[in-house]
Amino acid sequence: MPKISLSHFEASILFALFTSIVLGVVTKRSDHERMRYAAYCFAWFVAAIFGLSWLMYLGHG
Amino acid sequence: MTEKVNSGAGKWIPAVALAWIVPGGGHLMLKKPGRAGLIAFCVVAMYLLGLMMRGALFTPRSDDLLTTVIYYGGFIGNIMNGILYFLTVSLGYAQPDAAGHVHDYGTKFLVAAGLLNVLGMVDAYEIATGQKD
Repeated sequence: MPKISLSHFEASILFALFTSIVLGVVTKRSDHERMRYAAYCFAWFVAAIFGLSWLMYLGHG
Repeated sequence: MTEKVNSGAGKWIPAVALAWIVPGGGHLMLKKPGRAGLIAFCVVAMYLLGLMMRGALFTPRSDDLLTTVIYYGGFIGNIMNGILYFLTVSLGYAQPDAAGHVHDYGTKFLVAAGLLNVLGMVDAYEIATGQKD
C-alpha cells in the first residue's frame, strides 16, 4: 500500500470535496439541484476552513 | 399531503444491505447508476486515502465515557464501510495508531468514509420505499 502525506489544507479540501458530492447526491431530487447544492456545500466548507484557520492563527498570538 | 410509502421490508432490506456491503451497490440495484457511481467513488476514494495516510482502524474499547463513545463510535463508523473494512482487516492492512497529523487525518478519513456510506444507505432506503425518485 503506497503511503501519502497530505498537508492540513489538502486533507481538508479533499474531505470537503467528497462530503459535498455525497451531500448533493443524497439530499436533492434533480441533477441541477444536486450540482448546485454540492457546490454550495463545498463553498461553505472552504469558507469555514479559511475562517477557522485565520481564527486559530490570530488566537494563537 | 400524505405520501404513499412502500414500507415492505422485502423491498428495502436487500437494497440497504447491499448499500452497506458495497458502497453504491444499493443504488445500482435500484437502477440509479449515476448516483451509485458518485457514492462509490467518494466512499472508496476517501477510504483509500485514509489507508494510504496510515490511518488507524478503531476497535471497541470501554473505559471512561468519552473513550467509550470515541472508540465505539469510531468502530461503528469503520464497519459502515462494508467490504472495504472487512478486506482491510482480513488482508492485514489495518495500521496501529501512530502520532502525527497525517495519521490522524487518515483515521478521520476512514471513519468519515463510513459515515458517507451511511448517507448512501439512507438514500437507498428512501428510494426503495418510494419516498424519493
